[in-house]
Amino acid sequence: MRLTFSIQRYNPETDVHPHEEDYRLEVGRGTTVLDVLIRIKNEQDGTLACRYSCRSAICGSCAMEINGSEKLACRTSVRKELERHGRINIAPLRNLPVIKDLVVDMSSFWGKVRGVTPWISETSDVATDPRSGEMALRPGSYQFHNVDACIMCGACVAACTTHEVSKGFLGPAALAKADRFLSDPRESPAAKHARLSELEKDDGIWDCVRCNFCVQVCPKDVKPMEAIIRLRRAAIASGLTASGGARHITGFADIIEHHGRLNEALMPLKIVRFNLKRMLGVIPLGIRMLLKGKVPNPFGRPLPGIVQVRSIFAAARLGSPQAGRRRLAKVP
Amino acid sequence: MPLKYALYPGCAAKGATPELYQSTMAIIGRLGIEVVELAAASCCGAGVVTEADPDVALALNARTFAQAEQLGLDVMTICGTCQGVMGAANKRLKEDPSLLERINRMLAGDGIAYRGTVTVKHLLWIVVREVGLQRLGDQVRVSMQDFRIAPFYGCYILRPSWDLGFDDPENPTSLEKVIRAVGGEPVAYPGRTKCCGFPVILEKEAIAVAMAGNNMKEAKDEGADFMVTPCPLCHMSLDIYQDRAGRAVNARLNLPILHLPQLLGLAMGIPPKDLGVSHHLVPVDSILRVIEKRGGSKHAQQLPVSDQQGAEG
Repeated sequence: MRLTFSIQRYNPETDVHPHEEDYRLEVGRGTTVLDVLIRIKNEQDGTLACRYSCRSAICGSCAMEINGSEKLACRTSVRKELERHGRINIAPLRNLPVIKDLVVDMSSFWGKVRGVTPWISETSDVATDPRSGEMALRPGSYQFHNVDACIMCGACVAACTTHEVSKGFLGPAALAKADRFLSDPRESPAAKHARLSELEKDDGIWDCVRCNFCVQVCPKDVKPMEAIIRLRRAAIASGLTASGGARHITGFADIIEHHGRLNEALMPLKIVRFNLKRMLGVIPLGIRMLLKGKVPNPFGRPLPGIVQVRSIFAAARLGSPQAGRRRLAKVP
Repeated sequence: MPLKYALYPGCAAKGATPELYQSTMAIIGRLGIEVVELAAASCCGAGVVTEADPDVALALNARTFAQAEQLGLDVMTICGTCQGVMGAANKRLKEDPSLLERINRMLAGDGIAYRGTVTVKHLLWIVVREVGLQRLGDQVRVSMQDFRIAPFYGCYILRPSWDLGFDDPENPTSLEKVIRAVGGEPVAYPGRTKCCGFPVILEKEAIAVAMAGNNMKEAKDEGADFMVTPCPLCHMSLDIYQDRAGRAVNARLNLPILHLPQLLGLAMGIPPKDLGVSHHLVPVDSILRVIEKRGGSKHAQQLPVSDQQGAEG
């Protein structure tokens, strides 16, 4: 079948703005978007720039935006895209500087990966560390939750809605990488605490909005957002409970335990607390909400059956012998 | 036979967005939907409780599912976030018998056990798939024609798609179908599937309002008269924080935001006060003025009124 491929072109040396160019090509069954790009380069327009190497979803070079979503060109079927969208639009990864056409500058991406210290930090004293005799990983002694499957293609970062509005955000790929080291039994608890202390700062784990875009677009099922959630749990468990993000989690759980449902009137008190500047930011909205009947009674009666809800929390805090591991963080 | 569900209202509809509950109750009868409200159901955890303890979040939801199971009904949600969280929890509990057993042990002290027989469905899905767009269209008394309506899905009702199994997250169509069924014209803009920012709005307001602002500005730039969303948390971000969102993107937005059942209710000719529009921070007067003109005038008469009885059928 003869199809039109609409490709975003941009050469910063000659173009003021990116523009679309259409290429018509006869393609057969089983053709991938990368096959098409390579053929366009060879047969029609040698100036088209794109990155690729392995052509089999291993190297992570050819991530780009195909019909509005981040995908590896090498494993994206032209036929399926056509069925799904009725067109084939190809553009570079979003929210990263374009070097030329479909090639983006990944230096900020790599900088953030380096920024999470993607190696095992030295323990304070190898000689006295009781774990130093068993540094080899044994099966069953660790679980990397598939984050080690990451091929660093950048799809998640391009799709990340926080990164879109806050370019400094460490982002899903780097944070997933950090989670991999947090899961590593060879790193000392002190080093892990230091790691989490860095990650809980601005642009770190608490900037994620849990939009699930990274989970959806990842070609390797890394589920970076799940990794970020594990990092958040670990931060709270290691006592890093002062950030607004951590207070959101503990305060929310506390309200559910005592009231059964979320009471929006109580959340600002849990999160903003004694931060006067932030509280002054919240109060005017609170008054407007009150006037519109949007503030629930903070002294309202708890949910019917609240005893059952509380016993769920109690069961978790106790931890059954079978489950054995649960500890709900209690914050003073 | 009426469609009957166990209504899970969620926290927002019982708290900061009472208009969602009010408008839901106002429209369901006309769509042939009956509900039994799960009055003792707790919060679903909203993706937050799981960050404190994943098993607590699962147990809270298993308790809710067990309540619906007792009634022999599927659960109807009216919140995109509840749908995402509860749908994913239900899937995990159904697919992993050992997990279900462990969670049931947490509930055993109160004599609760979930057997894994319930399905969780959002009102939007029920309208599209079970009520049907034809039946919805038959109930329209005041067409939304000439309105350009921006659908805003929010995250949890779309992603991850393998936990939801309804819309294509790259190209969802259910809100667009509903908008067309009530006579409106859906606005296409990239932000319709993005995040409203609500989950971090209290602790990272700059991030949240920039997201909300970008999405609303895009919709306005495409000529949207108003926006409709199936998620009350999105509604809070887009409505309550709209002034700040506008400042974040240097735009005067003034974009009314309707909950899904409010849009349906207005199209059905239900009085706006019964749909709770007075609770909105961004006034919806611009919509109401047009609708009032149509209400008793020639526009309304052009619409089919023949199947008034059909509502009960």
